[in-house]
Amino acid sequence: MSDTGSESEIEEATEHTALMDGHIAEARPDREIAERIARKRKTKSDNQQSYGSVERTEGGASGAAGTSASNPPPPQPPADAQIEELELKYGARHVIKLFVPVTLCMLVVVATISSINFYSVKDVYLAYTPFHEESPYAVTKVWNALANSMILLSVIALMTVLLIVLYKKRCYKIIHGWLILSSLMLLFLFSYLYIEEALRAYNIPMDYITLVFVMWNFGGMGMIVIHWKGPLRLQQAYLIFIAALMALVFIKYLPEWTTWAVLAVISIWDLIAVLTPKGPLRILVETAQERNEPIFPALIYSSTVMYCLAATTPPPPGEPRARELRPLHPHGRGTADERRAARESGGAGDAAGFDAAWQARAQQQRRLRVDSSQPPRYTTRLERSPAPAQQPALDDEEKGVKLGLGDFIFYSVLVGKASSYGDWNTTLACFVAILIGLCLTLLLLAILKKALPALPISITFGLIFYFATRCVVKPFADALAAEQVFI
Amino acid sequence: MTLAEFFSCSLLAFGAPLVMFSLTVANDPVRIIIMIAAAFGWLLSFLLSSLVWYAVVPLRSYLAFGMVFAVIFQEGFRYGMYLLLRKTEEGLKEISENHNIGSNKLEMAYVSGLGFGTMSGAFALVNVLADSVGPGTLGLHNGTEYFFVTSAAMTLCMILLNTFWSVIFFSGFDDKNYLKVGWVILSHFFVSGLSLLNSRELYAATIIPSYIVLLITAYIAFRSAGGSTAKLVQSLTSRS
Repeated sequence: MSDTGSESEIEEATEHTALMDGHIAEARPDREIAERIARKRKTKSDNQQSYGSVERTEGGASGAAGTSASNPPPPQPPADAQIEELELKYGARHVIKLFVPVTLCMLVVVATISSINFYSVKDVYLAYTPFHEESPYAVTKVWNALANSMILLSVIALMTVLLIVLYKKRCYKIIHGWLILSSLMLLFLFSYLYIEEALRAYNIPMDYITLVFVMWNFGGMGMIVIHWKGPLRLQQAYLIFIAALMALVFIKYLPEWTTWAVLAVISIWDLIAVLTPKGPLRILVETAQERNEPIFPALIYSSTVMYCLAATTPPPPGEPRARELRPLHPHGRGTADERRAARESGGAGDAAGFDAAWQARAQQQRRLRVDSSQPPRYTTRLERSPAPAQQPALDDEEKGVKLGLGDFIFYSVLVGKASSYGDWNTTLACFVAILIGLCLTLLLLAILKKALPALPISITFGLIFYFATRCVVKPFADALAAEQVFI
Repeated sequence: MTLAEFFSCSLLAFGAPLVMFSLTVANDPVRIIIMIAAAFGWLLSFLLSSLVWYAVVPLRSYLAFGMVFAVIFQEGFRYGMYLLLRKTEEGLKEISENHNIGSNKLEMAYVSGLGFGTMSGAFALVNVLADSVGPGTLGLHNGTEYFFVTSAAMTLCMILLNTFWSVIFFSGFDDKNYLKVGWVILSHFFVSGLSLLNSRELYAATIIPSYIVLLITAYIAFRSAGGSTAKLVQSLTSRS
């Protein structure tokens, strides 16, 4: 199993390269690559052309890059090396395609944390974290945090397994219902809480009629955009906002040290789930590959959507246009849709499962419940999309690097948590550390060419820099700033 | 009032770097990555220097001590960035869509210098800026009312200096012209040392010489990058 799995992964990787070739083909016509494309790709040469032209248009738009396409190619390395480099090149642009949404998500969270007090005040906690770290003793706190994070982790693992079982049994209806339910909850309940707190923080009075009207439009639009269709930008905006909301919920409802413990534990779990031969996420990927399906687009933010977007924005000259657009729509819709759905479904499932159990508890539970929705979604993984090989229709879109929405959430949790202490240097350090971690992960992705967990490197860097900055760097930086010494 | 101060200070400090970023860096993914890598490099150097400062407890109150190490570590990491970029230069050229990217060797130097400087400027000023929003302000009871403005001005100076220093530093190592490297290190020590006077509120004595050093450094960087007066004039006139 694992053998075939890795084989198919390699296969896909090559496929990817081939796909990649599409858009640079014009710049460097390499025979091998051309052959590859011809062999592997059903889509005709017009497709390549279109990509080439898109590239060029993009370059032109960016000014400095203007001459890229027409530039004489540098000395041609052997084909292998070239493919390597194609992989990498593929990376460079997509790194940024991932940076932008990740940054936006963090920005929303940090802005919210620093302007709305509600999210940094600890009063109620998740049902999954029964230990509230109220003891003054450090040992007890550590113990509490570890116990909490373990409980949360097992819930997450359980939900992941449940999801995989459902997927294996092809209970798509249930999964979809789950997803829709959770997206419903997120879009209405959490958004309502968010708006309420925002209004309160800024002391803006608003009547319920207006609020209901706004919420109905916002939530209804969100459901349509996520599960059916809508402009890509809007979809992405909704996805980012939802990820930010989830991150805020985590920050609000997890006890102080539990948050850090959870971040650490989750990144280790991510490592295990993606890399071990029997890891649940790996099984998920492999099953999806066997079935020639995109793996749970609902759980994943794929840069391909953005790629498509980029491809469409500069109208490609002439015929290619139609081709470009067509895949875009189904994909965008499908991806966002499923992505959302999957994510939410995960959440909903959790919520539902725990609802009954925890109903007896305080009323705050509603929120807590919602939190639970997150675990499944955390199924975050950075991977070279496995789908393209099998899905000719989705080929174009599937070539992006994919980042699990859970990664968005946990990155934002880290940065948001860092910002909740009011030191901007720490926030900045964590932000840069996470981005560098993401870069390194993508570099590894280009080298190893298989699905990789995106959390471990980034979160490790983030944690190191958070604690280092908070304990050691902050006093130094503060002293320097106070004395106006510039180094 | 405080809000106005906040915006004016942040624009003073980060306006120019922001424009430089959006005009020259933001278009190119590879450059953005290099910039972030440089920022990370600066972060590491700062972390190391704070560790040294933190570890040597008796000298903690003497910022001059921490400053010396900070400068040394920064220049060390600048050299590290140089090695890293020169090693990956070929690869970077390949992965970027813009094959012109390496045509001017100092382009990378500029980008990494901007990353270096922006990060150092951000670390120096973000918290100050956050405090400047209010509700309180400086200069009513004691302290000087020029605190924010001078901080912002010095930050701008440091950001630009770091950018130019990287250009000079890289070109110095490329041409084996160690005079340039020496100038970078010396002027870094000079400007940082000068800023020690800020705590005595001798702002004229720090800011004016710092900007003079900035001008000299800018000129050297301009020459190192292959610029000349004729070319400058040409580039300005051919526009119209």
